[in-house]
Amino acid sequence: MNKYKEHIEIDSRGYYGEFGGAYIPEMLYGNIEEIRKKYVQLWNDEAFKKEFDQLLKDYVGRPSPLFLAERLSERYQTNIYLKREDLNHTGSHKINNTIGQILLAKKLNKKRIIAETGAGQHGVATATVCALMGLECIVYMGAVDIERQAPNVSRMKMLGAEVRPALSGSKTLKDATNEAIRDWINNPLDTHYIIGSVVGPHPYPDMVAKFQSVISEEIQVQLAEKTGNKNPDAIIACVGGGSNAAGAFYHYLNEQEVRLIAVEAAGLGVDSGESAATSKLGSKGVIHGSKTLLMQTTDGQIIEPYSISAGLDYPGIGPLHAHIISSGRAEAYSVTDEEALKAAVLATRLEGIIPALETAHAFAALEKIKFEKNEVVVLNVSGRGDKDLANYIKYLESYE
Amino acid sequence: MNRIKELFKRKQEDVLNIYFTAGYPNLDSTQKILKNLSKLDVDIVEIGMPYSDPLADGPTIQASGQKALKNGMKLDLLFDQISEARQLSDLPMIMMGYFNQVMQYGEEQFFTKAKDSGVDGFILPDMPLHVYEQEFKTLFEDLDLGISFLISPQTDTERIFKIDELCRGFIYMVSSASITGAKKGISEQQINYFKRIKDLKLKTPRLIGFGISNHETFSKACEYASGAVIGSAFIKALDKENSLEDNIINFISSIRNDKIVSI
Ligand SMILES: Cc1ncc(COP(=O)(O)O)c(C=O)c1O
Repeated sequence: MNKYKEHIEIDSRGYYGEFGGAYIPEMLYGNIEEIRKKYVQLWNDEAFKKEFDQLLKDYVGRPSPLFLAERLSERYQTNIYLKREDLNHTGSHKINNTIGQILLAKKLNKKRIIAETGAGQHGVATATVCALMGLECIVYMGAVDIERQAPNVSRMKMLGAEVRPALSGSKTLKDATNEAIRDWINNPLDTHYIIGSVVGPHPYPDMVAKFQSVISEEIQVQLAEKTGNKNPDAIIACVGGGSNAAGAFYHYLNEQEVRLIAVEAAGLGVDSGESAATSKLGSKGVIHGSKTLLMQTTDGQIIEPYSISAGLDYPGIGPLHAHIISSGRAEAYSVTDEEALKAAVLATRLEGIIPALETAHAFAALEKIKFEKNEVVVLNVSGRGDKDLANYIKYLESYE
Repeated sequence: MNRIKELFKRKQEDVLNIYFTAGYPNLDSTQKILKNLSKLDVDIVEIGMPYSDPLADGPTIQASGQKALKNGMKLDLLFDQISEARQLSDLPMIMMGYFNQVMQYGEEQFFTKAKDSGVDGFILPDMPLHVYEQEFKTLFEDLDLGISFLISPQTDTERIFKIDELCRGFIYMVSSASITGAKKGISEQQINYFKRIKDLKLKTPRLIGFGISNHETFSKACEYASGAVIGSAFIKALDKENSLEDNIINFISSIRNDKIVSI
């Protein structure tokens, strides 16, 4: 069936429809080519798959549970299942991708690993696999994010990584990514860049989506066991760059009856000028080596985004999401800071699960979409909220 | 004939290409810098279009771009400034920037407008070869515009020949695996790379850029290529205490003969 292909199969140059490709300076061409040639080969290699799956099982703790959230279901009068990526080692979905990429880096004989991070979850996941494999690790993080996600900075340091502040622009995820790319240009031979989302030049978006696709692979099996049908009516995931959403959507992209719901951060409001709702505010352009949707001025200058959630505070989205949202395959919702905070408290009090601020945006979408009583909804709990406790407590105190 | 082509017909060595960021240090510095450079012993100017997220650039060019954007630099204004400077000068002028800026302007409008303003060629480091080939090659031939692609120490020979085929004007040879910015000197390893490329006997002239900052590195680069590009070091020189004009004169003479030491 080629409908499947239509949505997730990139063409030979890495385009999903008109989005994707590799818009990179020549200095990175060799590195990107090296990865492009290797990743498909590895993905189809039994020995590699076995090593990857084994680590996901024994080290990450997969499969992550699929949990029927009865009290949330009661509240929203539908059937809500939570995919517990927050229970993975290191506390988010990010580790799925870093396990895959560290194995790739080893095959490519790289000695030094760099990464960007927003919320710090990808930074922690990268520092973790570097500790596991004994590789040097440098994580670029916006100075603002270092401040607002301090617990993860400490974790990275404990894991032996060097955290380098990005001081340009709005000092957040976009700027950390710029610095990581510049580092890679300066160190092309010994260094592998572990990008943390389905962004960046081809083949990163496809490679990261493949490493994250284990999420929907498991949902299919778990849901069939629990409901007799591997397909839910809808899947909800938050989107920063889009990696947890890509993983949760992956095996459903061609199942047209499954609604794919991507939730973006609206910050102070989509039209407030302080937002990161890229699919609403963005237009076609190039960011971090990929042709996609991004927030920019008419002169092509990238607009500094804003969200309370460091992991969603990014002015672009991955090309897969740009494609499935603009073609109508996926629906995009946006959620403000305030709505996310409220949803985080609700999820915590109803289910005893403290979600990451990023994930809280996905929970908040439940307020905006009316599901039928007999429908089955899967919500991807991309990460846990320990790193966000300071924000949550402040929010709770403001209401006491 | 295209002014870049004409230049290389005339001159195959010691070609000095100066990069500066449009709208830096002040919004109207663009015309002043162009005017001054055309009176001096400079062969090509490369006009940087300030960009919010210049991935291939080091701190000096990043900072100058930020300042220029703060000053209010916009593409339409830049085209006006270039047109104005073009009235007074026959110096080959190249625009350097990032592909997103061109995309937002509308690629065809951008290239046509630039041509009408007197621009002779482009360097767009993140524009893929296949995008140029499929979408713009014919337009460039029709408008007789130059295009320079980069090669780096990691570019393989097959690809270098392809780039040699596609470039119009000159090849931009990146001196080492790095972003822009002045470095200490030129290493043995870099010389070996320069020699390797020289021995390929490419048909397009080469200019070496990134890390060329003074008379010594400029002369060294000129031994292995038709000339070199100086960017960050020039921008830094603009910040010195003297008048803009004096800073420019001092810098260019320091590059050309090293007699006047920059103050
Ligand atoms: C817990 C969590 N969820 C979601 C995200 C957003 O990233 P992505 O859209 O790639 O899943 C992040 C990023 O930092 C995160 O830490």
